[in-house]
Amino acid sequence: MNMAKRVEAVDVTAYYGSFKAIDSITMTIEPKSVTALIGPSGCGKSTFLRSINRMHEVTPGAKVQGKLMIDAEDIYDPRVDVTAVRRAIGMVFQRPNPFPTMSIYDNVVAGLRLNGVRKKSTLDDAAESSLRAAHLWGEVSDRLKRPGGGLSGGQQQRLCIARAIAVEPQVLLMDEPCSALDPISTLAIEDLIGELKDRYTVVIVTHNMQQAARVSDRTAFFSIESTGDPGRLVEFDDTTKIFQNPGEKKTEDYITGRFG
Amino acid sequence: MTTLSQNGSLLAGSLRRRRLPKALPPLLGVAALGVSAAGILGTGAGGWVLTVVVAAVLFVLATLIVSGAVEGGRRARDRVATIAVYGAFILALIPLGSVVATLLAKGTGRIDAEFFYHSMNNITALDSGGGAYHAIIGTLQQVGIAAVLAIPLGLAAAVYIVEYGRGRLTTVIRFFVDVMTGIPSIVAGLFVLAFWVLIVTPVFNHGRPGYSGFAAALALTVLMLPTIVRSAEEMLRLVPQALREGSYALGVPKWKTIMRVVLPTAAPGIVTGVMLSIARAAGETAPVLLVAGGTPAINFNPFSGNQESLSYFVYEQAGAASQFAPGRAWTAALTLIAIVAILTIAAKLLARRSTIGR
Repeated sequence: MNMAKRVEAVDVTAYYGSFKAIDSITMTIEPKSVTALIGPSGCGKSTFLRSINRMHEVTPGAKVQGKLMIDAEDIYDPRVDVTAVRRAIGMVFQRPNPFPTMSIYDNVVAGLRLNGVRKKSTLDDAAESSLRAAHLWGEVSDRLKRPGGGLSGGQQQRLCIARAIAVEPQVLLMDEPCSALDPISTLAIEDLIGELKDRYTVVIVTHNMQQAARVSDRTAFFSIESTGDPGRLVEFDDTTKIFQNPGEKKTEDYITGRFG
Repeated sequence: MTTLSQNGSLLAGSLRRRRLPKALPPLLGVAALGVSAAGILGTGAGGWVLTVVVAAVLFVLATLIVSGAVEGGRRARDRVATIAVYGAFILALIPLGSVVATLLAKGTGRIDAEFFYHSMNNITALDSGGGAYHAIIGTLQQVGIAAVLAIPLGLAAAVYIVEYGRGRLTTVIRFFVDVMTGIPSIVAGLFVLAFWVLIVTPVFNHGRPGYSGFAAALALTVLMLPTIVRSAEEMLRLVPQALREGSYALGVPKWKTIMRVVLPTAAPGIVTGVMLSIARAAGETAPVLLVAGGTPAINFNPFSGNQESLSYFVYEQAGAASQFAPGRAWTAALTLIAIVAILTIAAKLLARRSTIGR
């Protein structure tokens, strides 16, 4: 099993074309913990999350400046292989996106198979352990050959989590993983996040402040001055402190619902 | 308010309306046909086409009047619109059904062993017998080679436009693909004649132009490419960006994402586009006439010597002044349709298998 790693952002600034989406974010995300990124829409929390595994640059015209260190290795160094970065830093998206042409089994092992793992026993083991870790094994073990698109929304999202952890990443990024799900599926995934932090560094973007309070150890509050301004990190501290005794007036306004 | 109180519905607090009995509209149709037949066929004023047209007009008028009186104007207009939509659908089906019916009626006459196992070698137009074996071979080889050339090229171009293309070059490619879509097949044939047959092949052929099935395949490739590129491009654009990102997030390289996630997802639609282009190519006569030349004999080698094709065979036989030639032409046309239909069905089944059963 891979070791969870520390993520250090130093002056990370991200652009879409000429639009500056986030401005010099500096923060350290500790290994084996859950860090929540909260803030109003457009504050750049998703952009920051996507710059941690270099998904930001997939958008045409998007670029990132600054340093992003994974255990002291800068992933924006020109010599770094972007596919290796993404293998080490998994991601779960807002909407479940299982591959529609693949079965449940093929979806889970897609990351391994498309990266050259062929041995059947290895794939079988990875599929079972990932599905068990994602609390989906019991529901799908008798229909692994059926299409992943036939599952419910919550099951699909857990399938996507299983797919992400099957490649044994060191960091797991989650971009509002529950926003398309009902409360019961949301609860299942929150429980799962609590278990995943024993093995991974988890970073989760969420609009739901109760969720941030429930699942995370530390919380980062992002905000913008007004539309068109870049997002900035306002406060980053232990979740209990952010929610009970925030250091900044803006954070307090946001979490008490007076703003945003 | 008077109409409402007449119907007695809203004032009575009911949501019900008076409706025509279900059997009445079809009865009106039959009655219209009967009246029209009696008036036109009975008096000898016209044939059955005029009868049907007049019956349709009568049917619409009767529906308007009866439905308008019982159900009100809105419902009457709804009924007339329904009749118009069904009528348009039937009109659109008539040519298609007529072609299939005619082919089946006239094309089955020569379905015999001789037709499928013999060529027209040493058989003149005035003789009975003869077959299209050489033409079937030619069509399969020419379309096969054209498909082998056009499908990879077309898919690669579509992948470039959608996945890699940025800026000017892509715009230029798309523009020329659009222009190519409109190229008449005779122009594609002339292009291959001028470039391949008259300039390139003499170099390898002791200075003589080399007519061949391969030259026809080249012309068909030119015709197939734009259809494949444009249809594949549309299908690739429909693949959600979320799937590509899901694959990238697993550390899968871009080319593998395209090969293993994007193309399989778009496969059913791409297959439809490819089959359309193959069907078009199989039916082309002009390029074969110009660069393969046609021959009454069997030629298994597409790279050397004249070759026949089914569409060209139909053209020849349909134009020959002989009581036996039209039968050969009809059966060849039916064979061509059958080949295209079988290929299309096979391709669809294959595409469905490549995704997974739902």
